[in-house]
Amino acid sequence: MKTWLPRTYLFLVYALLYLPIAVLVVYSFNDSRTAYRWGGWSLRWYEALFSNHAMVQAMWNSLWLALAAATVSTLIGALTALALQRYRFRGKKALRGMLFVVMMSPEIVLAISLLALFLLIGLQLGFISLLLAHVTFCLPFVVITVAARLNGLDQRLLEAARDLGAGEFTTMRTILVPVMMPALLAGWLLGFTLSLDDVVVSTFVSGPSYEILPLRIYSMVRVGLKPEVNALGSLLLVFSLIMLVISQLILMRSKR
Amino acid sequence: MSQTLLSVRGISKHYAGKAVLRSLDLDIFDGEFLTLLGPSGCGKTTLLRLLAGFERADSGSLTLAGQDLSPVPPERRPLNTVFQQYALFPHMTVFGNVAYGLKMEKRPKDEIHQRVTDVLRMVQLDQLADRKPHQLSGGQQQRVAIARAVVKRPRLLLLDEPLSALDYKLRRQMQLELKRLQRELGITFVFVTHDQEEALSMSDRVAVMRDGVIQQLGTPREIYERPENLFTARFVGETNLFPARVTAVNGERIAVDIRGLPRDLRKREFPIEVGQQVNVLLRPEDIRVLAADADHGFAGKVIERNYKGSTLDSLIRLDDGNLVLASEFFDEDDPAFDYRLGEPVKVSWVDGWEWLLPMDEEADAIQA
Repeated sequence: MKTWLPRTYLFLVYALLYLPIAVLVVYSFNDSRTAYRWGGWSLRWYEALFSNHAMVQAMWNSLWLALAAATVSTLIGALTALALQRYRFRGKKALRGMLFVVMMSPEIVLAISLLALFLLIGLQLGFISLLLAHVTFCLPFVVITVAARLNGLDQRLLEAARDLGAGEFTTMRTILVPVMMPALLAGWLLGFTLSLDDVVVSTFVSGPSYEILPLRIYSMVRVGLKPEVNALGSLLLVFSLIMLVISQLILMRSKR
Repeated sequence: MSQTLLSVRGISKHYAGKAVLRSLDLDIFDGEFLTLLGPSGCGKTTLLRLLAGFERADSGSLTLAGQDLSPVPPERRPLNTVFQQYALFPHMTVFGNVAYGLKMEKRPKDEIHQRVTDVLRMVQLDQLADRKPHQLSGGQQQRVAIARAVVKRPRLLLLDEPLSALDYKLRRQMQLELKRLQRELGITFVFVTHDQEEALSMSDRVAVMRDGVIQQLGTPREIYERPENLFTARFVGETNLFPARVTAVNGERIAVDIRGLPRDLRKREFPIEVGQQVNVLLRPEDIRVLAADADHGFAGKVIERNYKGSTLDSLIRLDDGNLVLASEFFDEDDPAFDYRLGEPVKVSWVDGWEWLLPMDEEADAIQA
């Protein structure tokens, strides 16, 4: 009888969430030069996008940076989580606390302090500075993701492996890493996404030698919304969907 | 059977200042089924983990077949463990789990295949070799855990409460299966449990532990019928205690006064003097319930009857207020057997079935 009420509510929620994205995707195929008028279907903005060398270069730069930042922070983060969980050492509490500080503090503070640090040690702003900065803000998220899974891990699994003749390193390679794989992947994907769409920190620590996508888009829309950006947004959307599906597939496989 | 495989000497272990094991000595014989029995916190699991190498003792020595075990890391000890919650590797198949230990030994592929297949057939899991652990029932997981440990043909198998997660029926079945496996393989088993019934029915010898000390080490029969102290007596079964005062000692016999009734008992090896207090221990199945007009026994009233299938348990309140539990087998020829609730009866036992214990103030205090 009153089923229309919840249905309408649900529709509104989804509309609110996905309408902007739908508009973006539809307008990326718009033939019209102005962004607000419909002029028929066309792929011209995708063409324009790929013929814009600076843009394509920025895209590759961003992907490469995100890949590197996610990988490095997953490596360091996983080892940190392991150390925090398994060993007792001086400054353990301080380390845990500092990870939270990095996560909770405003991005702008992190950006300024990183810039100050890089200037102080005389580091050329570019790929290296970006990578260091991105690893810094990705790290706490990876540590927390991995630590959550580690806490749920049955310690007896590791003991069982040793009992059956595996040394410490073999245990890590054959039991710990495979069992932790979903968390490692989740951490990696989180780092990848964080790195890919970061603007604030990157604005401060990037140099002219290494332009990345978010900054490029940002500077483009400052002089007016170009339809090219819609095309780029749609591509990024498809890319994230693919990543999401892959991560879900891996999670499902690991559960089986 | 009587050759010592592993000898534990003066092992002590403390956690955060609290003693878990106190200078413990234990000899484990080759090929035996030894059970460590005790309440939680008695140190039995810690002892097992020390044997496996997951813990280090504060002092003392472990010697396995003449070799000092202390400096040997867990992965190089010739013994294997069956863990409490099985600890199967979730990302490997049943086959992978069982093959893991052999792969670590870098055995040739066909040998691994052969041995894993054999051991899986032995635990009746050869059909399920390709399943993942979470696709198995509890009993099947249990068998994988056992197969994984015995495939390496260890000298010694450590089992940490391996049956505690199973339901009663499956438990009984696995108990029999473990016994069969142990006989077939000839491996020495060290089995940890807090279940006295399990300990008694499976073991060659039982070590009853409490507060990091072995209270008594002996065959199940010795432990049950001839407990050395009150703790053991109470932990391995139901007990009826009659405090008694010694009135005379004549050679192998003593005369005692139990709640005003004289009784003549067999003496035990511990020193007994006239005037001393002792405990007379009787298991429920040793108690005889007699009609109220019997010429001996303690008068009381039946206050509870519990039908247990093969036996009938009666709780009798003696006139002095103490409770006695009697467990009798059905005897259809005995008309006096079926007492009604509230009916006055007398309680006695067959001469010689009692067991004397010295008064043990400390155990009394803790158990009370």
